[in-house]
Amino acid sequence: MLAQQLFNALVLGSVYALFSMGFTLTFGVLRVINLLYAFYVAAGAFLSLVAVRDFGVPLWAAGVFGAIGTGAIAVVCDTAVLAPLRRARAPELSSLIVTLGAALLLNSLMFLAFGAEVRRFPATLLSQAPIDLGVLQIGQIQLLIIAVVALLAALLFLFIERTRLGVAIRALAENPEAAALMGINVGVMFAGVSFLAAVLIAIAGILIGLNFDAVHPYMGEPLMLRGFAVVVIGGLGNIRGALVAGLALGFVEVMTAGYLSSNFKDAAGFAAMVITLWLRPSGLFGKAVTRRA
Amino acid sequence: MPQWLDDFLWAYGSFVYGLGVNAILGLSMYAVLALGQLSLGQAAFMGIGAYASAVLTLKFGAPFPLVLTAAMVAPAIAAMIISVPTLRLTGVYLAMATIGFGEVMRILYVNTDYIGGALGLSGIPEKAGGSIIFGLLAVILAGFLSATRSKIGRAFEAIREDEDAARAIGINVGAYKLSALVVSAALAGLAGALNAHFSSFIGPNEYGFDTAVTILSYAILGGVTTPLGPVLGAVVLSALPEVLRPLHDFRLVFNGLVIVLVVIFLPRGILGLHTRRVG
Repeated sequence: MLAQQLFNALVLGSVYALFSMGFTLTFGVLRVINLLYAFYVAAGAFLSLVAVRDFGVPLWAAGVFGAIGTGAIAVVCDTAVLAPLRRARAPELSSLIVTLGAALLLNSLMFLAFGAEVRRFPATLLSQAPIDLGVLQIGQIQLLIIAVVALLAALLFLFIERTRLGVAIRALAENPEAAALMGINVGVMFAGVSFLAAVLIAIAGILIGLNFDAVHPYMGEPLMLRGFAVVVIGGLGNIRGALVAGLALGFVEVMTAGYLSSNFKDAAGFAAMVITLWLRPSGLFGKAVTRRA
Repeated sequence: MPQWLDDFLWAYGSFVYGLGVNAILGLSMYAVLALGQLSLGQAAFMGIGAYASAVLTLKFGAPFPLVLTAAMVAPAIAAMIISVPTLRLTGVYLAMATIGFGEVMRILYVNTDYIGGALGLSGIPEKAGGSIIFGLLAVILAGFLSATRSKIGRAFEAIREDEDAARAIGINVGAYKLSALVVSAALAGLAGALNAHFSSFIGPNEYGFDTAVTILSYAILGGVTTPLGPVLGAVVLSALPEVLRPLHDFRLVFNGLVIVLVVIFLPRGILGLHTRRVG
């Protein structure tokens, strides 16, 4: 019982972590609360569902298609909607509201295209029979989720810490003006970061769709709110923090549902966030912010 | 009341009353934004006011003025309680903490059978008419307009521009932040009670994240350099779905498009350009 719950928590937490790493990456660089992320979750799942169902491509290829397609949508959104506000040096909150409008537009279009009903990936994609370890039943989908998230997290760390582009992204997060003076093409980097974040978020959407066997236009909303909580607990812009806090949220939710009450599962994460902010206003892994006049 | 107005209100009553209530919500948002505080608890405070008022009316048969007073006092007390962990937060952290507060409240409503659980409360008598709603809106707006021209308004402006400098010249920043939050909560609670008493139904999911962001959009779209901005923003954004009704299925698509275009071309809000400060 406990072993099974710990394993389920690891699966759930992995998806939260993947989503939140994408989230915190853009947050650290673009400094915008972007309400399009819920749309990217569903867009990734729908694009790969269409690829599998209507074009019969294998799951891995459909996943790549869904991720890159969503990334392309994110680049278009960033260029069309957020870039003009950056150029105008508009207040931060107008960026939040513009993503609200864009999310309303895109969600409504997706609703018109696919309807509200719940869709499923074909059952033949992955073997449904779990691997039985006695104390533990491991589904193939669950193994896939853990493997994919571990791989992507490792690649993301290598990219951010070890490559020139990663250094440029960190410079941009630290100080956009200084980064621009050092010859970093800020516009291209913003689009690139949007692409990368949307790819991670779309893959999280595909994995959630497979895990819960349900794809529908509003599947991203609960994930987005949890993402907010995780990103804040981990410290804004802190990728390692998002990974740890995402896994932790999975454990908190599964344990609350298992030992307390499943009614309060959803509240656990938000309560944890409020308490974290109370004790450490910049998140568990965040640096203290000093404001300069 | 002339016949045409009577007919109009019969057909569009809840829509017109909704405009007034949303304008009060816009002002509630303005109360904290004027200080530069991005508190997104308005929807949660609105919910507390709505539930408090509905319970008093339905279960205790309390008179309406008492109900409205309680609907302001209850969220004001809640605001004082959550100010303990949140008052020192700023920017996005404050926004997130208040969103978290809203979600916790939503889950509490869903799991409390006394107030109808997930089904909410229905059959609330329609006691809030146009004269009450728009009368209160006029009083509140007048209060805001005179406050912006007073010492309070200048203190708010000083804190918004530079908190440390404001503190250095002897402005009690903490007290102003707390009172802004409490006023904002009381107004949101009032709006919640009014809304409950003309729509006759309330449910736990009406006061969640979507509502919080919608209320914020009233203020940002209208502009926060004057209290008139959030009122205008609330009216425009609430009327938009009605105006776009002939577009049927594409209504929400265009609604989103209008928001995007307004923000891109008027990033400081509809009334933001008009009253931009010099210097």
